[in-house]
Amino acid sequence: MSKASTRVLDTARTGRGMVWVIAVMLFLTVLATAAGIGTARATQAVGVQLGGRATVQIAAADPATREAAAGEVASLLAGIPGVGGVRVVPRAEIAKLLGPWLGGDADDVDLPIPVLVDLTLSDAGTAGRVRGALAGVPGARLDLHSQALAPVRAFLGTMSMLATLLVAMMLGATAFVVVLAARAGLEAHRGTIEVMHMLGATDVQVARLFQRRLSLDAAMGSAVGGVIGLVTVALLGAQAGMLGSELLGTVTLGTGGWAALVVLPFAFVALAAAVARRTVVRSLGQMR
Amino acid sequence: MQFENVGLRYGQGEEVLSDLSFSLTSGEFYFVTGASGAGKTSLLKMLYLAQRPTRGAIHLFGTDVVTLPRARIPGFRRRIGVVFQDFRLVPHLSAADNIALPLRIAGVLEDEVRDAVSEMLAWVGLTNRADARPPTLSGGEQQRVAIARAVIGRPEILVADEPTGNVDEAMADRLLQLFASLNGLGTTLVIATHDLQLIARVRSAQMMRIDGGRLLDPTGMLRHPPGRQA
Ligand SMILES: Nc1ncnc2c1ncn2[C@@H]1O[C@H](COP(=O)(O)OP(=O)(O)O)[C@@H](O)[C@H]1O
Ligand SMILES: [Mg+2]
Repeated sequence: MSKASTRVLDTARTGRGMVWVIAVMLFLTVLATAAGIGTARATQAVGVQLGGRATVQIAAADPATREAAAGEVASLLAGIPGVGGVRVVPRAEIAKLLGPWLGGDADDVDLPIPVLVDLTLSDAGTAGRVRGALAGVPGARLDLHSQALAPVRAFLGTMSMLATLLVAMMLGATAFVVVLAARAGLEAHRGTIEVMHMLGATDVQVARLFQRRLSLDAAMGSAVGGVIGLVTVALLGAQAGMLGSELLGTVTLGTGGWAALVVLPFAFVALAAAVARRTVVRSLGQMR
Repeated sequence: MQFENVGLRYGQGEEVLSDLSFSLTSGEFYFVTGASGAGKTSLLKMLYLAQRPTRGAIHLFGTDVVTLPRARIPGFRRRIGVVFQDFRLVPHLSAADNIALPLRIAGVLEDEVRDAVSEMLAWVGLTNRADARPPTLSGGEQQRVAIARAVIGRPEILVADEPTGNVDEAMADRLLQLFASLNGLGTTLVIATHDLQLIARVRSAQMMRIDGGRLLDPTGMLRHPPGRQA
């Protein structure tokens, strides 16, 4: 059975409705996959960036003695094993940060501005030691940056799980559409199949005809849905980049992510072919 | 080919065919006759493995085909050519593609298929109708396409169900000659017909008559050793 055999199934009888369903499915799957990969990578990036970073804040610093207190705390911290990158945030920098809230008064020397000391912790145990050391410093508090962003990370995690779930559901629905299309095709071509069987065709030969037809339809749908999906993701990425947001900036796909998106249409065609073949061979086995 | 106490019923009805016991010798020419509704088509269907008997045993090419697993049936069908009473042509394929179907299923190379198809088209006098689709062909033309398709694979057995039912006498004569020449090449022929004149024209043929669901063997040649009444 060669190319001539593709004509054995009359294309006019079953239509190409599946092409559009597959196109829509693939478009949605590309979006969901991009969202999943993007958020998963963002979760990771947030974790890496903020991993060991922390700030010691001394709220009740007396304006007169704050510089001295800051230096004292800094050297105290630097002496703890596992602590690195200790840096007293200069008053001017803090004033700049607070500027939008305090206006011109931020530079006022009398204003009680907290002392901030940035530091890096090598591991979770270090945080405990730092807290212990700070117990003797009135008004001192340790803020772990990763803790502050924990809700964001949790949200991103939920998003990527949801995206994974969506992709799984989309694949399931696509497989089901192929099953329905294969069954409809079998029904429409029942007469031809009977003749083929009578002339000595095997179930596998008959299945191959359907597999080819359905794969071709799936390929057309995948091409349409895939191209539109990839273009949409690229545009969304460009738009997100223009926002200049630091959080959105961490939502990238990476080479691996883009590769996964490009592979998706091929995966869809392979899925369609496998499902079509299995459905047809099984249905033929029940026929006689 | 051998039938042993074969019986066939459709659903829960009466047995359409009962106690069929006979054997066919390869290379012979057999006519199956009987009134309309006697069971000719039913008998042929069991021969070409489209219908399992409800009881009894059928041996084909030395193999029990009643219990033959599904996967082995195609191999047997490729050795049997069938002209269906209702032709069963694929309506959206041209006459040439219909005739080519058995060879393409068997995986014959496309060059050889083309040659064989033109030879068959000439054989049944349809060369100028090669590209016509069955619905645009007359009943007689469709019948000849069906015959060409049954014969193109050089089957060991040719089973034909009323193959001259839709053609005029001249064409029936011509087709009969085609069958005879095929038989001369060694193909076993089993042809169902209720046209007694057709049977009379082939002197060497054996006749199997179905009456009342049983097989009558007027020549006594169907049982081996010959002479035992079925
Ligand atoms: N698929 C079927 N289901 C039920 N009854 C059938 C079926 N095919 C044939 N019959 C019955 O079996 C009998 C023999 O039919 P058939 O073999 O077609 O006879 P013939 O070919 O000699 O005219 C008829 O009574 C017919 O109604
Ligand atoms: Mg009949």
